[in-house]
Amino acid sequence: MKNRLETAHPYMANSVPAIKEAMLRAIGVATVEELFEQIPAEHRLRSPLDLPPAMPSENELRRHVLDQLRRNETCEDNLSFIGGGCWQHHVPAVCDEIAGRAEMMTSVWGTPYSDHGRNQAWFEFASLLGELVGCDVVGQPVYSWGYAAGHAIRMAARLTGRRRVLLPCLIDPERLSVISNLCGSKEMASHIEIVEIGFDDETGLLDLADLEAKLSGETAAVYFDCPSHLGLIESQGAEIAALARLHGAETIVGADPISLGVLEAPPVYGADIVVGPMQPLGIHMNTGGGVGGFLATRDEARYVHEYPTLLISLARTRRDEWAFALSCAHQTSYGLREEGKDWTGNSVNNWAIVNAVYLALMGPAGMRELGELILQRANYAAFKLVEIDGVALRFSGPLFKEFVLDYAGTGKSVAAINAGLRRHGIFGGRGLGDLGGDLGPDFETCALTCVTEIHSQADIDRFADALAEEAAR
Amino acid sequence: MSENTKLRRYHAARWDEPVIHEMGHPGRRGNVFPKPEDAVREAVGPAADLIPVALRRKAAPALPEMDEYDVLRHFIHLSQQTLGMMGISLFGTCTMKYNSRLMEGLTARPEVRAAHPHQDEDTLQGTLAMIHGLDRILRSLSGMDRFVFQAGGGADAAYTHCCVTRAYHASRGELAQRDEIVTTIQTHPCNAATAATAGFKVVTLMIEENGYPSLDALKAAVSDRTAALMINNPDDMGVYNPEIRDWVRIVHEAGGLCFYDHANFNGVMGKLRARELGFDACMYMLHKTFGAPKGNGPAVGAYGCSEELAPFLPAPLVVEEAGCYWLDRDRPQSVGKIREFWGNVPVILKAYAWARAMGAEGIDEASDLSVLANNYMEKGLLAIPGVTKSQSHLTQRRLEMTRYSVEKLQEETGIGIGEISNRMTDFGIDAPWLAHEPWLVPEPFTPEAGELWSKEDIDRWIAVLAEVAREAREEPETVKTAPHNQVVHAFDPAPLEDPDHWAMTWRAWQRKRGRG
Repeated sequence: MKNRLETAHPYMANSVPAIKEAMLRAIGVATVEELFEQIPAEHRLRSPLDLPPAMPSENELRRHVLDQLRRNETCEDNLSFIGGGCWQHHVPAVCDEIAGRAEMMTSVWGTPYSDHGRNQAWFEFASLLGELVGCDVVGQPVYSWGYAAGHAIRMAARLTGRRRVLLPCLIDPERLSVISNLCGSKEMASHIEIVEIGFDDETGLLDLADLEAKLSGETAAVYFDCPSHLGLIESQGAEIAALARLHGAETIVGADPISLGVLEAPPVYGADIVVGPMQPLGIHMNTGGGVGGFLATRDEARYVHEYPTLLISLARTRRDEWAFALSCAHQTSYGLREEGKDWTGNSVNNWAIVNAVYLALMGPAGMRELGELILQRANYAAFKLVEIDGVALRFSGPLFKEFVLDYAGTGKSVAAINAGLRRHGIFGGRGLGDLGGDLGPDFETCALTCVTEIHSQADIDRFADALAEEAAR
Repeated sequence: MSENTKLRRYHAARWDEPVIHEMGHPGRRGNVFPKPEDAVREAVGPAADLIPVALRRKAAPALPEMDEYDVLRHFIHLSQQTLGMMGISLFGTCTMKYNSRLMEGLTARPEVRAAHPHQDEDTLQGTLAMIHGLDRILRSLSGMDRFVFQAGGGADAAYTHCCVTRAYHASRGELAQRDEIVTTIQTHPCNAATAATAGFKVVTLMIEENGYPSLDALKAAVSDRTAALMINNPDDMGVYNPEIRDWVRIVHEAGGLCFYDHANFNGVMGKLRARELGFDACMYMLHKTFGAPKGNGPAVGAYGCSEELAPFLPAPLVVEEAGCYWLDRDRPQSVGKIREFWGNVPVILKAYAWARAMGAEGIDEASDLSVLANNYMEKGLLAIPGVTKSQSHLTQRRLEMTRYSVEKLQEETGIGIGEISNRMTDFGIDAPWLAHEPWLVPEPFTPEAGELWSKEDIDRWIAVLAEVAREAREEPETVKTAPHNQVVHAFDPAPLEDPDHWAMTWRAWQRKRGRG
C-alpha cells in the first residue's frame, strides 16, 4: 500500500479526500488509479521511492534548510577578493525588491496584454543596455557570457559562411569550454575551429602580430574580452577590428558592462557584435547562480535574422498606447525546430528585469562614478600589494577591476597563501593554474585578484597587511 | 459544475506607464557612490588617467536620470501590469506550481547570495550537502546513477545530452559515423534544435493512428548512423507511448543512446522510472516540476544518466565522503563546461526544499492530483459547444494534460483560438498555452491544471471559456476586439516583422519613428 499524506498538503488545494471524491464522481470513475490506464503495469515503479520523509510543515523545513545553510561561510562575513566571471558588486535594495515581485517571478509566457508590464521591463532591459553598449539591437538574455560569446561566434559563422574563430589564449577557461562545446566536435561537418591568439608577455594584451598571422579568408570572427579575463583593458580594439574587417571577419567583443560608464562602447572602436555578462548589474553572486549573458548588434536585418534569442519590439496599439511584443520569433527553434537559429528556451529573463532596474538607478552619472571608483580602488590595491616582498604584478597593461598577482617571489604556492589569508578572514584571489592549454604551469604561482566598489581603502589595507604577513611567514 | 460558477469582474491595473527613457530629469540620481579615499587618489591619480586614451568613453550613455523612488515605483507599476500567476494560469507543459516563499526568503540569505562558487569547498558545505541531497532524491525518482545541475534550463539539459552523446560516441571512435538523432514531432522542439546545434542531423517521426509513431517507423529510421533517441513521454497531448521499452531496445540494438525528456513529468512522477524503462539519461525541469519559480529563468535542467555515461558529464560533480562534500573537477572524459560554474544554485536549493516538503507521499499525491484534475477538466471543457479533444478516437484517459481544439467554433463563428485567448485574459485568466509549431491540431489549446489549482479555480477557468464561446456566437465583436479589461488594447503585429519598423531599443524607435 502507498504511504499517504495524513493531512491536506499546503501546496495542493485538492489534496482533500472529499474534493477528490467529488472530482472522481464527475469523471465517472471509482479510483484515481483507473486514470493511469495508458501506462502498462510493467512500466510502473519496481520498488517504492526511497526519499526522506515528507516535511509539509514550513516550520520544520525552515529549520532543516537553515541548519544546512549555517554550515556556509560568506563573502559578507569574510573579505573576499575572488572574481573571475562572478564578482561581488553592490546590489541596490530596489533591485532585490523588484526581483522578488510575485507577478514577475511567476510570469511564464503570457500575452502582450496580460503580461504587458513584464514585456515592458524586458524591452527596457534591452533598451537601457543598448545605450550602455552602444547598440540599437539587444536580444533577451542567454544563459551566460560563454553562451553569448558562443552564439555570437555561430552567428558570425552563418553570416560569413566560414568555420574558424580566433580568440585570446588567455580567455577564461570556463568560458572557453562553453564556447568550445558550442563550436562542436572536429569529427562533425558543422565544427567551428577555434584558433588561439597569443599575448604580449609584458603587457598581457593581445599579440597583434600573431593575430595578423592567423587571420585569413577562412576566419569567421575574432573574439576578445575587454576588460580581459585577467583584468586588462584591451587598448588595441580599433587595430584588432580593422584587421578583422580587412579579412572579412566579424569582430565580437565581450565587455563587462559595469566598465562601460568609463570605457568606450565597443562599436565605437569597431565591434560588430557585443556580448557580455549580466551579473555585475545588480545581481548577487548567488554562488555562481547569478550569471547570465547578453548579445547586441547594429540594427541590420542580416544580424537580427540570426539572433537565437527572444527579441522584444516597441509598437503602438490601436488606441495609441505603448505595446511590447515578440519580433522575429518564427526564426527561433519554437518556430522552426532544428532549422531555427541554435535554440531558444527559458533563460535568465528575471535577471534581465533586475538589470533594467539597476541601469535606471545608476543613470549616466552613476555608471561613471562607479567605473571611476572601481578603477581607482583596484589600481590602488595593485599599487599597494606589489610593495610586499615577493609579490609582483604579472602584467603591466592597464587594469580595470581585476589583476594578476604573482606570488613566485614568496616561495609559497597560491594555495598556501590563500590558506593563510583564511586565518585573517580573507578569501584571496583564485589561483590561475587552470589557465588553458600549456599556459597553466606558467601561471601556477599567480592569483586573479578582484577589487570592486565594495572594497574600501581600509579593506584593501587590511588585505595588504595580511598578505605581507603570510608572504613572510 | 461550471454553470454555477460566478465570473469575476476583473480589470487589470492600467497606469499608462511611460517607457523609462521618457522619465526622469537631468541631474536626478538613483544611486550615488563615495569619492575614493584621499590615499587612494594620491596613489593612483585621476581615474581618466588610468584608461588608455583610445578606450576612454567619449559620449555618456543616454540612460534616464531618475531618483530612487521613481525607479521603484515604475517597476512596481510594471509588475502590477503583469498577470503572472496572480489570476489562474493553467499554462500547458509549464506545470504552474506554488513557489514556496519560505525558499525565496532562505535563498535570499547571504549564505547563498553572498557566496562565490570559487570559495574553498569547506566554506560551502551546507549548499553542497543540499545539492547532493537533491541528486540522491532525483536518483530515486529516475533510477539514474548521477545528476548534474549545470544546465540553465530544460533545453540546456537537452543540449547537455547532445554534448554527452558526442563525447560517448567519440570515445568509441564512432562519432563521425553516428551523426543522426531521432526524435518525434510531438517531442519538445528544443530536442531537435539542440541536436542540430550540436552538429547532428535530425530525424523526426510523425504520429500515427495510435497517437504516437509506429515501431515500424522507428525501425526504418534507426541505423548505424543513429547517435541517440530524444523523446518526451507522455507527449504534450497527454498520450503515453506504451511501446516505449521496445523503442529503447531498438535504439540500443542500433548502438544509440536514449534520452527521456521529462518535461512532462508531472503526470508520471512517482509512477515510473526512466532507467527502469531502459533509458540512459533523463532531464527534469526544477523550475517547473520541482516548485521553483519560472519567470522565464533563472532555471535549471537537472540532467541524470547511467553509470556508463557519468564519466562524460560536465564537471564539477558534487561528491560526498564521510559526511564531507567536495567538487570533483578531475574528470578526464568530461565534456567540460555546459555553462559557467555549477548551476543556478538558488533554484537547485528551492527544488531540494520542494522535494523535502513533498516527500514520496506528496510526490505520488501530486501526480495523482494532476491526472485527476486533467480528466475532471475534460468533462467540463467537452461540454462547451464547439470544443473538441485532439485525437478523439483515442479512448484511454489522458495523463496530466490534454490538447483541445476550437476549430468547430471557428467554423461556426469565424473566431479562432488567438482571439479567444485574448478575451480570456479579460477575466483574469492567463492566456492558455496553444501548441508548438507545427500545429497538428487546428486552433489548439492545451491547459494543464497540475496539483496546485483548486477545483474552484478549474471550474472558473472552464466557465470563462464557456462564456467566451457564448460571446463568440452571440456578440462576436466583443471577442474580436478583445482585450477590453487588460493593460492595453490590441495592436497590429505586422510592423514587428519589418526591419523599417521593428525597434528593439528606444534609440532604434527614436531613429525610425521618433522625433520628426
